[in-house]
Amino acid sequence: MNRPVTAAPHWRTPDSVPAIMRQVLYALLPAGACHVFFFGPGFAVNAVVAMLAALATEALALRWRGQPLRPFLGDGSALVSAVLLAFCLPPLTPWWITATGAAFAIGVAKHLYGGLGLNVFNPAMAGYALLLLFFPAWLTHWPPPRIGDLDYQALSTAQTLYYSLTGTLPGDLTLDAVTRATPLDLTKTRLGMMYTMDAIRTNPVFGDFGGAGWEWVGNFVTLGGGWLLYRGIIRWQVPAAMLAGLLLPALLLWLADADTHPSPLFQLWTGGTLLGAFFIATDPVSSPVTGRGRLLFGAGCGLITFVIRAWGSFPDGVAFAVLLMNAAVPLIDRHTRPPIYGHRRPHGG
Amino acid sequence: MAEPSTTGLHAAWTFDPRPPRPDWGIALPAVKRLSTRGPIQPAPPPAEAVISLAHAQGIATPLVRPGDRVLTGQPLARDAQAAAHASVTGTVVAVESRPVPGSSHTPCVVVRREDPERFDPALRPVDPAVLTPAQIAAHISAGGIAGLGGALFPTGRKLRAGAPIRALIINGVECEPWISCDEMLLRERAAAVIRGTRIMMRALATEQAVIAVKVDMAEARVALHDALEADGSGSIGLAVVTARYPSGGERQLIELLTGEEVPAGGLPRDIGHVCQNVGTAAAVADLFDLGQPLISRIVTVTGGAIAAPGNFAVRIGTPIAALLAAAGGCRAEPARLIMGGPMMGIALADDALPVTRATNCVVAATAGELAPARLEMPCIRCGECVQACPAHLLPNELLGAVRRGDAAALDELGLAACIECGCCDHVCPSAIALTPRFVTARAAQRPPPGPGEDPS
Repeated sequence: MNRPVTAAPHWRTPDSVPAIMRQVLYALLPAGACHVFFFGPGFAVNAVVAMLAALATEALALRWRGQPLRPFLGDGSALVSAVLLAFCLPPLTPWWITATGAAFAIGVAKHLYGGLGLNVFNPAMAGYALLLLFFPAWLTHWPPPRIGDLDYQALSTAQTLYYSLTGTLPGDLTLDAVTRATPLDLTKTRLGMMYTMDAIRTNPVFGDFGGAGWEWVGNFVTLGGGWLLYRGIIRWQVPAAMLAGLLLPALLLWLADADTHPSPLFQLWTGGTLLGAFFIATDPVSSPVTGRGRLLFGAGCGLITFVIRAWGSFPDGVAFAVLLMNAAVPLIDRHTRPPIYGHRRPHGG
Repeated sequence: MAEPSTTGLHAAWTFDPRPPRPDWGIALPAVKRLSTRGPIQPAPPPAEAVISLAHAQGIATPLVRPGDRVLTGQPLARDAQAAAHASVTGTVVAVESRPVPGSSHTPCVVVRREDPERFDPALRPVDPAVLTPAQIAAHISAGGIAGLGGALFPTGRKLRAGAPIRALIINGVECEPWISCDEMLLRERAAAVIRGTRIMMRALATEQAVIAVKVDMAEARVALHDALEADGSGSIGLAVVTARYPSGGERQLIELLTGEEVPAGGLPRDIGHVCQNVGTAAAVADLFDLGQPLISRIVTVTGGAIAAPGNFAVRIGTPIAALLAAAGGCRAEPARLIMGGPMMGIALADDALPVTRATNCVVAATAGELAPARLEMPCIRCGECVQACPAHLLPNELLGAVRRGDAAALDELGLAACIECGCCDHVCPSAIALTPRFVTARAAQRPPPGPGEDPS
């Protein structure tokens, strides 16, 4: 009788890379649906364009590097990067901009660094940062949320697709008629014009705490993040530290002067805060592996986000904060190694 | 509760009867129930016993030659640390290298059984109270007792402490899923475990011992509790530790019970502790009380392919095929045959291999019970291995060092502290075979044999 002599352990977790990526995608679904509900079908269009571009780039890069297509194309990691990129982009984004971002994310940020598991920078954020540098004016076309008494014209799916294909609006529609400044934009520019926060917040794009509509997207992002925490796919350290790193300084400045500083609850429920904390900074590949390292990394992401929002030239800072902290990960990993068993000095007695 | 010992260099030590949950390890489904439904049954003596002469410190020197007639319990081989005894009455047919689980060439004595069985008349009960600690240790060495948790470290050697010992730790944690031989032993023979513990305490001249069991061993705890009350001396405590694997690893158990770590490159005795398995304690009791050397042990036979899983008192040297037959045989063709547990066990090519003193369990697993073979994906740095590692290593970085062949990095990253428990490998979503790589790299790093480790 001869049986396979495999090495121990003979048991293995059912978790796999594709299963993890699939669950991350599922966890993003409620937030995506909410995004479409409040801001129109643009997010869905962008997500489809980004996914197609990411898969095509992944396939080309794998072929070019002589890697097998099936396991890597099917692992779902490119799809996660693509959807996260789509979450960053305004609903009105021409397809070539979305595709450029996705192609850069997968082709350069991922495959030039060695492919799955070896990228230093979060691919989605690298793609988004490139677009911010190349196409800054194109990335400002946010429709206002479809709630309240906002005076604007909601775009249909056909009109959104038309814009995505051509970069122009059909008929006599103008961008001014269908888009508004985002709450973070307004806060930044009007604080610069010496408005008080109370005055700024009278604009209908603001909601109860953060941006109207944004708050709900944030709630559904948190729901998805909670699911990932429950499933053990992400750990608590990065989200907790990132939120603390952003909210604590925001709280201090707001307590000091609430007229010129947005409240911490506004910081929490606007822009990419919650998406960054639960889905972007938690990307395993580009974040530290130890618990202490993750606390440091998360705190850095939150703090840099705060600094950019408060004093930087971009309205939101999550993408740059994550990219900066990505660069620090090798250093953090090196300095947060846990003490190896038997190397700690004996204590007690 | 146990009185802290104040002997020797080490400070008094009071153990926590319910140590906190550790920040390492993994939760595994408990599948012991499969084999704990009935009592321990005797397996029939084999027609031919293949008795391995190996222990963790070397090979005992044979005392017999082919053609010699031997009685049950008669010494077949001996060295300063351990011995091996005839597990059946019969004729020595060979003294040669044979394959045993985990080794393709191990010196063995092969005895063909002849009825009726007769016991070696030289075997006599011994009163440990009349012996010095050194004499007790020597008697245990001559009785062929070696770490029954699976490490086969000669027990007599471990009891010649040298340095003062604060406490003897009796390991009944048995954290590997599927294995239940220690649990069943505690349920049925708790008093023998306590007697053996007391004898070893005498050999170590220590006044304190702790018997550690796992939180899900309710019946064993009750049995131990009752036996400890009957014993009544109060110097043996009972500790209940987490079910997280590998809480029964020697170093992990010491950390759980004492909050201290065995120093790198050192032994538990360096911090005043000696660890013995509960099976070892019962074997010591049988040696002194009944005069019986180590000629049999309890083996769990389990797995979905086994018709009647259970625990068996098995003569050393019984072919695994005969043991499987004692458990009703296989009702399905096993996909894999494993000696030990699913986390650290050895896959066997062949069921003709003999049961050794280290054989605590034989698993005949169906395909559905084991992980299907999966393609290795690249590491995605999820950090699950880092969370799970009981030695606080970074398996993801060790993997890189192994792949680069970077011996200096392996050293710096602490490969020597790896206990080969399989946690990192088990949790890896990329299905990277980490443990086999670490086992190979460790073997290359330092020459065998090292001091036995045994997280069963």
